[in-house]
Amino acid sequence: MDVRAQVSMVFHLDKCIGCHTCSIACKNIWTDRKGAEYMWWNNVETKPGTGFPRRWEDQAIYRGGWEKDGDTIVLKGAGKAKGLLNLFHNPALPVLDDYYEPYTYQYLNLIEAPAGEDQPTARPVSLITGRPMDIKMGPNWDDDLSGTPDYARQDPNLADLSLSEREALFTIERLAFFYLPRICNHCLNPACVASCPSGALYKRGEDGIVLINQDVCRAWRMCVTACPYKKTYFNWSTGKSEKCILCYPRLEAGLAPACMHSCVGRIRYLGVLLYDAEQLHAAASAPEAELVARQLDLILDPDDPAVAAAARASGVPESTLEAARRSPVYAFVKRFGLALPLHAEFRTLPMLFYVPPLSPVMASLRAGDGEDRPRHAVAKRWDEAGLYDTRMEELFADGACSRLSLRYLARLFAVGDEAAVAMRLRRLLAVRLYRRQQTVGDLDAARLSAALDAAGYTAETAEAVYRLTALAKFDERFVVPPAHRETAIEALEATDERKGAAGFGFNRAPRRP
Amino acid sequence: MNALYDLLFIAFPYVAAVVFVLAGLARWRTVGYTVSSMSSQFLESDRLHPASLLFHWSLLALFLGHAFAFGFPDAVLALNSQPVRLIVHEVVGFSFGLGALLGLAGLLLRRASDPRLRAVTTPMDLVVELLLLVQIALGCWIALGYRWGSSWFAADLSPYLWSLLSGEPRIEAVKELPLVIQLHILGAFVLLALVPFSRLIHAFVPPLHYLARPYQLVLWSRASGSPAATPQAAKARNGLRRLQSAKKV
Ligand code: SF4
Ligand code: SF4
Repeated sequence: MDVRAQVSMVFHLDKCIGCHTCSIACKNIWTDRKGAEYMWWNNVETKPGTGFPRRWEDQAIYRGGWEKDGDTIVLKGAGKAKGLLNLFHNPALPVLDDYYEPYTYQYLNLIEAPAGEDQPTARPVSLITGRPMDIKMGPNWDDDLSGTPDYARQDPNLADLSLSEREALFTIERLAFFYLPRICNHCLNPACVASCPSGALYKRGEDGIVLINQDVCRAWRMCVTACPYKKTYFNWSTGKSEKCILCYPRLEAGLAPACMHSCVGRIRYLGVLLYDAEQLHAAASAPEAELVARQLDLILDPDDPAVAAAARASGVPESTLEAARRSPVYAFVKRFGLALPLHAEFRTLPMLFYVPPLSPVMASLRAGDGEDRPRHAVAKRWDEAGLYDTRMEELFADGACSRLSLRYLARLFAVGDEAAVAMRLRRLLAVRLYRRQQTVGDLDAARLSAALDAAGYTAETAEAVYRLTALAKFDERFVVPPAHRETAIEALEATDERKGAAGFGFNRAPRRP
Repeated sequence: MNALYDLLFIAFPYVAAVVFVLAGLARWRTVGYTVSSMSSQFLESDRLHPASLLFHWSLLALFLGHAFAFGFPDAVLALNSQPVRLIVHEVVGFSFGLGALLGLAGLLLRRASDPRLRAVTTPMDLVVELLLLVQIALGCWIALGYRWGSSWFAADLSPYLWSLLSGEPRIEAVKELPLVIQLHILGAFVLLALVPFSRLIHAFVPPLHYLARPYQLVLWSRASGSPAATPQAAKARNGLRRLQSAKKV
């Protein structure tokens, strides 16, 4: 066993309010620079929707990730032969217009315009050419626009849904959407690393963070194609690719990444997972139906003495092991069985897990029709004329009740396996019922225990899920392993070379030569 | 006159070579950050496609052709000893020249006509693009007007270049060459000297080591790393050492 530690993430989609605070926190720290304006290392998408860059999930266009080739896997749009032959023109490279042209406004004109007949205006100008431009796209152009023909209906994940199911999803009354915040997944089998001809990308052994060495990147652009999540970006000004660095300078100082620290919905969790690197290749090349299960099987139980011994033998420090035991990510992914990876079919073994959304709450507000038909136990009179109906128990019995089609969620989070998603939702629901019983107490005990049984939860587990979901404080949500600087060659630099240098930034202005 | 020839064909090549090696190494070691192909495909991809492929592959072929004639002049002369082979050789070489010329012209037009590309074009980009254009045009002119270039390159130029390399420069043959060819030779050394100061440097960092590398690269910053449980891990760690030593020098 070759046990390695991976700093991993869980995003609890039920809690995301789509405020984009995370994106702004990241932008202000890392990408508020020339050439990086269009990059959103953290972005938040509305689903169903096309995402950023437009239709990024459609690998028929972007050719990202790995594909199965007999017993093994090969890069879909990059690799040794394809990459070297396509150096001079990369046919699957997304271009600026697939993202958007960065712009600003001529604010100065508001103050400095000469007196005249009309109000001065702040025209939008391109941040690339400086010329006035019409804004046609932005980083979250499809925000909340689910249901519209231009966005929601272009979502590649709808391919599995029948026409009527799609229509049902978009009928305005049944309009349902959720937010999908995305950062680099710091994958275990990163396609970006494998695709780089220069060897500029690498995975850090100690914590699994995937980085691009800016001194080695030569703008061959293969990582941009290879990352199926489109989380490597090309800086058009410096001629270097860049990506989410998981705020490693913050992590090394024991702080949570900026997007997580600032998250308003507190949806984000960070912690260590232990995994067996020897099983990596087999898990990544598993048949499609087994992919998710095999990926979850890679993750080892830090409380198992055998695992701990193997981890020590593999050189995992004691403090990292301790962090792994307290990891909220391990709790969500393995102990609670709530979180799933996004698009495991890309075979990069992404290490960012999502708790699929149960929201919107299964409720409908309808006019009371006067008839006194039997109501569900949890349906409430809204007022004399209306009925607020939270028919939670029917979520799985009655497909029509599920606003977000299970098949759609399964496309995103379980390689099409609806049962896997249904199980997660059932568990979320069980916790809700459990809490309802605790706080309101209007459910009968048989119904609650049936729900818990169906979820495979005990009351203690439900309580633990509730605590970690709703009450966890900062240090429970982010369990950052110590960086062990004392034994590290600091950030891959020889310290003596950087002695006297402080802070981050460039030794030299990032200008074109 | 002799002094001028000595200056242009003896002193200048040495200066260019020294500048190329020292300044190139210095840039690679100290500001590796600036060593990049500066691809502009992200801003404009469609028109780059035909022009870039034509230009790069043609230039690569021309470069290898010149290098071969420099390295193995006898083989080239033997190849050319039969008229059919000579003609085929010349036609192939000229086609690549034309390809490079057309490709570069396409690249220049593309750059000039797109405001986004003009925003990322530096004066040095224009200098090397125009110089290259002149250099390739001269080469095509020579191939057409002073045949058979492949033969006299092997017979006259290779010995001159070898004499430069051996430190005992002999420029008698070069002196006798037509002006166009002399300009082509000078152009080559000018371009060589500009490599460390322009984007041309990307031609000298071809990522061929990719072929020998395992796909995944895992780097440990702890000096000890984790004990290599798999040969793959051990290999990856060696990759780190190379990278670190490359950075340290
Ligand atoms: S998400 Fe993309 S950029 Fe991040 S590690 Fe995976 S393949 Fe690489
Ligand atoms: S800050 Fe948190 S709640 Fe707001 S959009 Fe980002 S992930 Fe969602």
